[in-house]
Amino acid sequence: MSDYQLIVVGGGPAGMAAALQAHEDGLRDILIIERDHDLGGILNQCIHNGFGLHHFKQELTGPEYAGRFISMLKDTSIKVLSNAMVLQITADHQVHTVSAEHGYQVLQGKAIVLAMGCRERTRGAIAIPGDRPAGVFTAGTAQRYLNMEGYMVGKRVLILGSGDIGLIMARRMTLEGAEVLACVELMPYSGGLKRNIVQCLEDFDIPLYLSHTITHIKAENGRVCQATVAQVDESRCPIPGTERIFECDTVLLSVGLIPENEISREAGICMDPRTGGAVVYENMETSLPGIFACGNVVHVHDLVDFVTAESQKAGSAGAAYVKNTAPSDGSTVTVHNGTGVSYTVPQKIRTGRIDKTVSIFFRVVRPCEQCHLTVSCGNEVLATFKRDRVAPGEMERLTLTKDVLEKSDGTITLSVTEVSQ
Amino acid sequence: MIDVAIIGGGIVGDATAYMLSQYRLSVSLFERENDIATGATRANSAIIHAGYDPKPGTLMAELNVKGAAMAEQLCRDLDVPYRNIGSMVLALTDEDMRTIEMLYQRGVQNGVPDLQILTAEEVLKQEPHVSRDVKGALYAPSAGIVGPWEYALAMAETAVMNGVVLHLEHEVTGINDLGDHYRISTNKGDYIAKYVINATGTDSATIHQMVAAPSFRIIPCKGEYYLMDKSEGDHVNHVLFQCPTKAGKGILVAPTVGGNLIVGPTATNTYCGKETSTSSEGLAAVRSGAALSVPDIPYRQAIRTFAGVRANTDRDDFIIEEVAPRFIDLAGIKSPGLTAAPAIGIKVTEMLQSMGLPLERDPFAINTRHQKRFRSLPPDEKAALIAENPQYGHIICRCETITEGEIVDALHSPIPARSVDGVKRRTGAGLGRCQGGFCGPRVLEIIARERGVSPLSVCKDTAGSRILVGAIGKEGEA
Amino acid sequence: MKQITCTVCPRGCLLNVDEENGYTVTGNVCPRGVAYGKAECVSPVRTLTTTVSIRSADLSRCPVRTDQPVPKAMLTDVMALLRKVQIQAPVRCGHVVIANVLDTGANVIVTRDIEVKRHEGS
Repeated sequence: MSDYQLIVVGGGPAGMAAALQAHEDGLRDILIIERDHDLGGILNQCIHNGFGLHHFKQELTGPEYAGRFISMLKDTSIKVLSNAMVLQITADHQVHTVSAEHGYQVLQGKAIVLAMGCRERTRGAIAIPGDRPAGVFTAGTAQRYLNMEGYMVGKRVLILGSGDIGLIMARRMTLEGAEVLACVELMPYSGGLKRNIVQCLEDFDIPLYLSHTITHIKAENGRVCQATVAQVDESRCPIPGTERIFECDTVLLSVGLIPENEISREAGICMDPRTGGAVVYENMETSLPGIFACGNVVHVHDLVDFVTAESQKAGSAGAAYVKNTAPSDGSTVTVHNGTGVSYTVPQKIRTGRIDKTVSIFFRVVRPCEQCHLTVSCGNEVLATFKRDRVAPGEMERLTLTKDVLEKSDGTITLSVTEVSQ
Repeated sequence: MIDVAIIGGGIVGDATAYMLSQYRLSVSLFERENDIATGATRANSAIIHAGYDPKPGTLMAELNVKGAAMAEQLCRDLDVPYRNIGSMVLALTDEDMRTIEMLYQRGVQNGVPDLQILTAEEVLKQEPHVSRDVKGALYAPSAGIVGPWEYALAMAETAVMNGVVLHLEHEVTGINDLGDHYRISTNKGDYIAKYVINATGTDSATIHQMVAAPSFRIIPCKGEYYLMDKSEGDHVNHVLFQCPTKAGKGILVAPTVGGNLIVGPTATNTYCGKETSTSSEGLAAVRSGAALSVPDIPYRQAIRTFAGVRANTDRDDFIIEEVAPRFIDLAGIKSPGLTAAPAIGIKVTEMLQSMGLPLERDPFAINTRHQKRFRSLPPDEKAALIAENPQYGHIICRCETITEGEIVDALHSPIPARSVDGVKRRTGAGLGRCQGGFCGPRVLEIIARERGVSPLSVCKDTAGSRILVGAIGKEGEA
Repeated sequence: MKQITCTVCPRGCLLNVDEENGYTVTGNVCPRGVAYGKAECVSPVRTLTTTVSIRSADLSRCPVRTDQPVPKAMLTDVMALLRKVQIQAPVRCGHVVIANVLDTGANVIVTRDIEVKRHEGS
């Protein structure tokens, strides 16, 4: 069995940032396990720009953003085990991994960082009725075919879901000569970033149908030939009589991402059904001591810059765990989701572990303008913040001071309320 | 000259081919599609029924019970995923209680072993997710679950190993009786056979009418299903049936051998066996129907919905008849056809013998098969397998832990996979929660490499279902 | 008055650009919005990201981008040109594939280090 101070599962942006930060904090014996041949994870296929504005103060493409971290890793003692899949991790920090080159290995880490990222929701998850032919792809799969392997998955394309990958693929497919007929979104608002709506749809006159969905997919000779789109009512049910038919050979789905946590779950890590990721403390530690998690495996981020920041926190905490320099816990405060809040990360805060402040990331349930964020404990309001505009597609952050937390009785509730005009 | 020509490569044709392959015979199996088991065999409830359902004295009753008794050994010999988990028919009303009492009696008459009537408390103790309205259940310990296409593939592959000739993409267009043999015309040429077996499911009336006057009518009946993620596979522990009523057989809830949870089917008549589309009405009917017996099914964890078409006929029983000299119909093999198939294969063998086909056991015929399944091996055997061939250390499908080695095996097996779905049926790659999102491009690449074809020609499933439409900068290449 | 969404950063401010009065911009949170709003109305530009063919590498495509925005109207022309380009591994991030593409003043540059193909069969 090989021993490491820190084993990082996943070599995407989260894993690389965590490993680099742990190295920066003094660890030398760090291993990144990556399932692909190359580091970089999903960024390698995200060839569009828009990455790095926060972290590097510069607009980079996905491969460039990843490339900077890959270069930084080269100057460290961090080892990389590539083309290796982690089959299992255990509560006592064993990592079972397989690779063609090294076979079946059981590795022991003093600490572990989970950074496996997420996967796409599929057609099956949303149960679109109809035939099940070739030509229905998740947007990320189509992106891989196109950007990494140079294959077109279709010529006449309908996109379901206005998540960022779907929008980005609308532009990519159009630039490569496909006809993108429309982007169809179930919700009354887009789940993607505004700039992507402008640059990926409006620039190419691709219509965006809000409050619409695909109600049927029809095949001919084993390939998609038609998709029926209908408007939906307030409870998201198709409205009869509003159907229109699109003749298309391809349906791309951009209907959400799900943290990929099978090995976390099997290890016995406590999960949050709202994020789909592990319940984490203020330093990204999971319910299993010494096992940390960061990036899209914890909750789906919209900007990689925030993944990096979160992962540096996890890397730092992993280093402190290994060096046994973490302060004592103090009292633990659980963060509850109140009105209008769909989730928070972290879900638990150990007041002894924070310096002066702690950042809480959260998403709202629906778009809202001119609203108040309220942090309360029982009936007592501990703090209030103002926001001009919040939307489910954009992760929000607020910073709480230690004294606010210390006023609570062990739980705080975060809510969003619209201020009446 | 072919001794026996079997038309149709579903579970019934495959089981028949397997049973006949144990004898010194020249057997050919004709299948219209690019793979076997692509009709009803690929889309059904995947249940080994105990046999209390069919009316005593019917072929269905006889072959169901016989088939169920064969399943465990056959699956062990041929390395087919099978679990003998038992079934319960849940009674939710007092009338249902009378029905399960009747089914119990029927089962006893049919020779179903160890049937038992359970109380509500006994049911809820074993099945905590069952509706509190449950009054009792008929428990059949001999029922089980099986991998339906694996079952079919295992029998067909072993048959091929024993010399059965499989003709894929051969659609039978005509059959002529030439006195002591038949000429079978296909889209790929003519074949001469002494005996012909019609095992063509929803097309069996069409094939029947090539040699005989109509004697039954096919009523294709579609069933829609939900399949839930593996995280929900232990939601129930047995195959949970509802009581058959005048309205139909009800919706079943069961684990699958892959560890998923299956919910369905509906029963709506349709116009052909290929019409396997799902509908919002059908899926809603599955949900509302299942809620009667298991109210809290986590549909948020759905990974797939699908539909299959049963080859129902205007007769109640299976149709297993010599309808023309040396020509046997195996028609109307609806549920419990999957269970009965091996017993049907044996019955056909006996019929052929009584029709004058000399049977001589082939001492070299094999009746075992072994599949390499990386994920189910203990760590030391995993290590040994990778040491033997590093391709087993390269995991392609992360949801189901399927290795490149297994995919390559499937592409060089006795019935090599030709499509991405063909690989899926043989290995499980793409069956999991990401539904091939991650592994699809890799599987496609391996298929192209191993078959020596362009990635652009690789199909998802049946011929024509191409995945890619072009290569950038190489327009026109295919 | 023209309403446009600022795309300089993910915030996406809704800008009001007064075309009659020297393209004065309101609705912006930061000064970058002013420049963007005016430029978007006068001569919209976009950074193009796409791929080019690469030989001797594991993958067949290499990601590239323009190192500064090019006129929106020229995106299709640049794409058509890049479709005919093939480069050779290894390449480094920043390598210029086409200098001053179609006289736009922008270079098309590689955005990923790509090594020479590994041995077959690995």
